[in-house]
Amino acid sequence: MLLRLVPDNTHIKFMWLRKVSFPLSIVLVIASLVGFFTVGMNYGIDFKGGTIIEIKTDGPADIGAIRSELGTLNLGDVQVQEFGGSDDILIRVEEQPGGELAQQSVVSRIRTIFEDDNVDFRRVEVVGPRVSGELAQAGAIAVGASLLAILFYIWFRFEWQFAVGAILTTANDVIITIGLFVLLQLDFSLSSIAAVLTIIGYSLNDTVVVYDRIRENLRKYKKKSLTELLDQSINETLSRTTMTSVTTLLALIALYVFGGEVIQSFTLAMIFGIVIGTYSSIFLAAPFLILLNLRADALSSKDDDEEKGPNAKATA
Amino acid sequence: MLHFARWKIALIVLVVAAGFLMTLPNFFSAKQLESWPDFLPKNQMVLGLDLQGGAYLLYEVDKDDYVEKRMQGLVSDIRTTLREDPRIGYTGLGVQGESAQVRIRDLTRLDEAEERLQPLVNPLVSNLFGGQPVNEFDLIVNDDGLVRFTYSEEGLDNRLTYIVQQAIEVIRNRLDELGTTEPNIQRQGTDRILVEAPGEGDPERLKDIIGETAQLTFHMVDQSMSGEQALQARPPVGTVVKMSVDDPPFPYLLEEAPLLSGEDLVDAQVSFDQRNNEPVVNFRFNQSGARKFALITQQNVNRPFAIVLDDEVISAPVIREPITGGSGQISGNFTVEGANDLAILLRAGALPAKLTVLEERSIGPGLGADSIEAGKLASIIAGTAVIVFMILAYGRFGIIADLALMSNIFLIFGALTVLQATLTLPGIAGIVLTIGMAVDANVLIFERIREESRAGRSVISAIDAGYSRALGTILDANITTLIAAVILFQLGSGPVRGFAVTLAIGIFTTVFSAFTFSRLLVAIWIRRRRPSKLPI
Repeated sequence: MLLRLVPDNTHIKFMWLRKVSFPLSIVLVIASLVGFFTVGMNYGIDFKGGTIIEIKTDGPADIGAIRSELGTLNLGDVQVQEFGGSDDILIRVEEQPGGELAQQSVVSRIRTIFEDDNVDFRRVEVVGPRVSGELAQAGAIAVGASLLAILFYIWFRFEWQFAVGAILTTANDVIITIGLFVLLQLDFSLSSIAAVLTIIGYSLNDTVVVYDRIRENLRKYKKKSLTELLDQSINETLSRTTMTSVTTLLALIALYVFGGEVIQSFTLAMIFGIVIGTYSSIFLAAPFLILLNLRADALSSKDDDEEKGPNAKATA
Repeated sequence: MLHFARWKIALIVLVVAAGFLMTLPNFFSAKQLESWPDFLPKNQMVLGLDLQGGAYLLYEVDKDDYVEKRMQGLVSDIRTTLREDPRIGYTGLGVQGESAQVRIRDLTRLDEAEERLQPLVNPLVSNLFGGQPVNEFDLIVNDDGLVRFTYSEEGLDNRLTYIVQQAIEVIRNRLDELGTTEPNIQRQGTDRILVEAPGEGDPERLKDIIGETAQLTFHMVDQSMSGEQALQARPPVGTVVKMSVDDPPFPYLLEEAPLLSGEDLVDAQVSFDQRNNEPVVNFRFNQSGARKFALITQQNVNRPFAIVLDDEVISAPVIREPITGGSGQISGNFTVEGANDLAILLRAGALPAKLTVLEERSIGPGLGADSIEAGKLASIIAGTAVIVFMILAYGRFGIIADLALMSNIFLIFGALTVLQATLTLPGIAGIVLTIGMAVDANVLIFERIREESRAGRSVISAIDAGYSRALGTILDANITTLIAAVILFQLGSGPVRGFAVTLAIGIFTTVFSAFTFSRLLVAIWIRRRRPSKLPI
């Protein structure tokens, strides 16, 4: 007996469920945006500049003592926390006023504190104000550019309603993921941008699979009402959508648990993004098409001209 | 979709085997690989700095500092030029912002002054366009007698290009002297230099060595007044006050023009002073330097001269007797490491301009090793979880998907090894993500096959339709992810780039393994078993 996450021939009324899913998403998106603009994200040194030092001490570290010793250095905001174990300490120092050179003195001054102790400097990262500004800009451009590029690709492959729907769906995922960063105050770094872009890729992947089925069904069932047709398409792809999410989540959870502290927030963001991405491709992607007034006849006539060859063969 | 030509089968098997073969060396130590026969591939994956430990340093040439220094040099050239016989009267000579300017007193001699100063614009050979020569400076002459030199845009670019090249050369020399293994030093943008030193355990020392300008000069000490007096009053024309490295620093009044500089050195070594056993640096001049040095010491017996490193006086010994051998000694309260570093810097040469650290990331070898271990463990667990899940969900077809997944992983590692792409920690995350998503292609196909079968098709026809109908969907879905990966690669530096690379490679291998390898396995299974019922 094989494992089925979703029984065959489900008939869930997803279009009706949009009365729940739309308001839910709107609330989450607004909450995320409000959080983003009021509380703000916990930007890491990649975007804010500053210094990160990870040290391994001989035996359990006395965080309080380290904190008070660092306090004497007058480095502004200094955070000290355990990082994976009681002998593994992460120190974050905010960007120092006074340009690039000022950042460099932070590390040497912190080194003097631990000079006499048997401390292993496992990681030192210093990002000066110039580079952090550039990285922030590059990150924003990357997210924007990939959304745009994908928009054009889907527009080219489908109707414009699909492209807009896909972008709205993806924007929903990205914004809510950013909301998670705000809520948990996760360190937002360059790898977080990588995580966001991966979520974009995954979410679109999911959405495209659903849209692909909708397009196919639009051609096949020209008489069906749009609501009925969308419901059917989602139900048909439901098994695949959940299967893929489960395998991907299995892999990511393994990475989260066993992959080490360094990439934990990166993996956490991806896990969350994939859950949201799966939710949105089931509950939002198709309903958006109704909202955007997709008309079955408009689409099928265009596609009939374009893709008569392969289509005719496949249905023969 | 289930018929394969023989050559196609051969090709698919060949590709998968190649992936396996290319991955193989990564399981062995470098020593074991040495004993392998030559026809087997021996390349191993390139590990990023975050996995093998090392230092990543991004430097920028301090443009302002360079321009200021260059303008100061220009001011002294202008002075010499205008003082030549017949002397042209001037006033207000100095550096003004980013330009050097002077006012000619006698407006009737303005043309003459311009003609004489013209060569100072310093024509540069421009290799970029080959044709029009470019001047380093623009010369602007106002009717009211104001003459101003400013950097021309091409001139500054040209100089920066040259300086960055030279600085890279010097940094390479220094790292070679330090014994850093396989450093990667490259230019970034117009005025930046990236230094990557894998396995470097002590980035502080690395930074000390790279960041030092190491401009060594020898000056005569001016004895017309003491250093303190010169600090109070104005130092005489042609002299400057420089402070010593001592604590507290002591002022010396020096002749501005250096007698000799670090460029005249051919060698520098650490040794120990026989009297007090303190470390000192012995140096040797080249031929012309030695001749000059001999002449100077002959003429200035019993006068002090100063050895100046980066604007600080290291020592100012008195010349006891003429030194004709062309070698000398710098003593100055060095520690052994300090003396050693100075010797390295003197041998490697001076940086043409000051460098500023913009970004520094260094990972200790311990953390790198931990990350590799964690990455390995996570990949194995992720792989096992997915493999078991696929068998539970799709039975026999799940095994086929799993075989395709394994071939996929070999192909990813093989491609990374062949391309010598750098594997980073986020790169490992990319591979784990691919493990999860790789089965997606198979899931799409299998779900499609289930559907087609439910719609009443025969086994073979359902499988056939499943593959051909899922193709378009899979391509669309993967191209969108590929777009994100490509943009990520464009944006990324170091680790993020590693993630983009593995993600992109994973997309290609996934589509390949789903559409060729897994399909081939299905075709073979059907031919052998001739099933009448679909096992999924």
